[in-house]
Amino acid sequence: MTMSNSTKLVPTPGQTVGPFYGYALPYDKDRELLAPGSAGSIRLQGTVYDGAGHPIPDAILEIWQPDAEGNIVHRTGSLVRDGYTFTGFGRSSVGNSGVYTFTTVNPGPTEPGAAPFISVVIFARGLMNRLFTRVYLPENEEALAKDPLLSSLDPERRKTLIARRDADGGLTWDIRLQGEGETVFLDFDGTGTGGATK
Amino acid sequence: MPEDVNLATYNADALTEDLSDAVPATPAAAPADVPVEAPRVETQQDLSAEIKALGDAYAKALKDGTAPETQPRLDFAPYRSSILRHPTKSLHHADPETIELYSPAFGHQDVHALESDLTIQHNGEPQGERIIVAGRVLDGDGRPVAGQLVEIWQANSSGRYIHKRDQHPAPLDPNFTGVGRCITGPDGSYRFTTIKPGAYPWKNHLNAWRPAHIHFSLFGQEFTQRIVTQMYFPGDQLFPLDPIYQSIVDQDARDRLVANYDHDLTQPEWALGYNWDIVLTGSKRTWTENEALGAEGDDHE
Repeated sequence: MTMSNSTKLVPTPGQTVGPFYGYALPYDKDRELLAPGSAGSIRLQGTVYDGAGHPIPDAILEIWQPDAEGNIVHRTGSLVRDGYTFTGFGRSSVGNSGVYTFTTVNPGPTEPGAAPFISVVIFARGLMNRLFTRVYLPENEEALAKDPLLSSLDPERRKTLIARRDADGGLTWDIRLQGEGETVFLDFDGTGTGGATK
Repeated sequence: MPEDVNLATYNADALTEDLSDAVPATPAAAPADVPVEAPRVETQQDLSAEIKALGDAYAKALKDGTAPETQPRLDFAPYRSSILRHPTKSLHHADPETIELYSPAFGHQDVHALESDLTIQHNGEPQGERIIVAGRVLDGDGRPVAGQLVEIWQANSSGRYIHKRDQHPAPLDPNFTGVGRCITGPDGSYRFTTIKPGAYPWKNHLNAWRPAHIHFSLFGQEFTQRIVTQMYFPGDQLFPLDPIYQSIVDQDARDRLVANYDHDLTQPEWALGYNWDIVLTGSKRTWTENEALGAEGDDHE
């Protein structure tokens, strides 16, 4: 059964996360979706830049992803990790040099032949509302070529959503909020929710 | 961004603009096409004029038939730190897929029931006016968002955050940290007991003060519903002066961030009550009957 949409309410506006989330949002092992060094674990890391190309020292990112087999898990325990349960959610504030880090797994394809990706949301002081984006694994060109989102982007912009594979098996993916190489940010509502206004 | 704003003018030190000890931002270099002015501090009057110009332009656009805006503008120059931190390209429309149509699950393993009371985290009673903030989290279709995480953080009653980078010379309160969490009930309800935060000064411009607010972080049933926002208190005289509140140019939309004083929530000889409901964006997923009835899925998809 599908619920009928009886009431349509106007969403509450977002506001900037501000400068002082640091004692509230981070928590122990927030960026460790599994224990560093455990079998299958990789590092996902990158730098968040502003429009002048400077690293932003007060941004905080969240990732939400399927497990290595492509299952979307529904398990509690993201805030109090037991060291064994993969919940698919992580949070990483950046350091003074604008670098975030997660320990996670390569996400699997959620459907056969689909391009695996990690869903990302970004908050920062000076950023009025959260920004959604995705980071794709660089392998499997065929799946990437068929991906509905990637194939709707021109090649220069498309590149901003694909991570680089590091020599140690990890992923590097930088975020540029503005300017040259500006990351593609997503609007899921078709309303330009909080979008750039000219 | 308005035509007359030059990025170079405001690229003072975006990293410290609202944190540094110095009041910011005399322009590093004047644009070539205007006379060079002596460096001067930006005042509230300067900022209010900019805010008013943007507000007037919006009012005119509304009159001309533009749809009302419901979210803050990412590009809102009066909040100086936003100038280099907003995308200049339009957000790219995408249909949410797979993982985006689901949300992380949080439960009572993650959040202890006592975390919703910010007044009992230390040995003594915090200073200030004790309040209850309660309401419901709904999605855009009016459905309660049940069993989801709500996180809050705030300044103490004198307007001081416990954050080490908050240099405002107001007293810290040894009995108040200002962080709380809860998991919404089956009807989407949340409830916090806390202290009314004070207004606090920041460095956006000379004599800049933020209206009292509580930061809220919310999850929906789909990751696309994720939001971080701020709740304000009714009747705050600082609203017209605040570039962050004013980054939402539509008055109806701004009003959605202001709690209502609710005497039914107020408890005799204990605490004043404020009610604030939060609406997330609409659902994109076709819900199963169980979900529609409020039952949560268990393990795997």
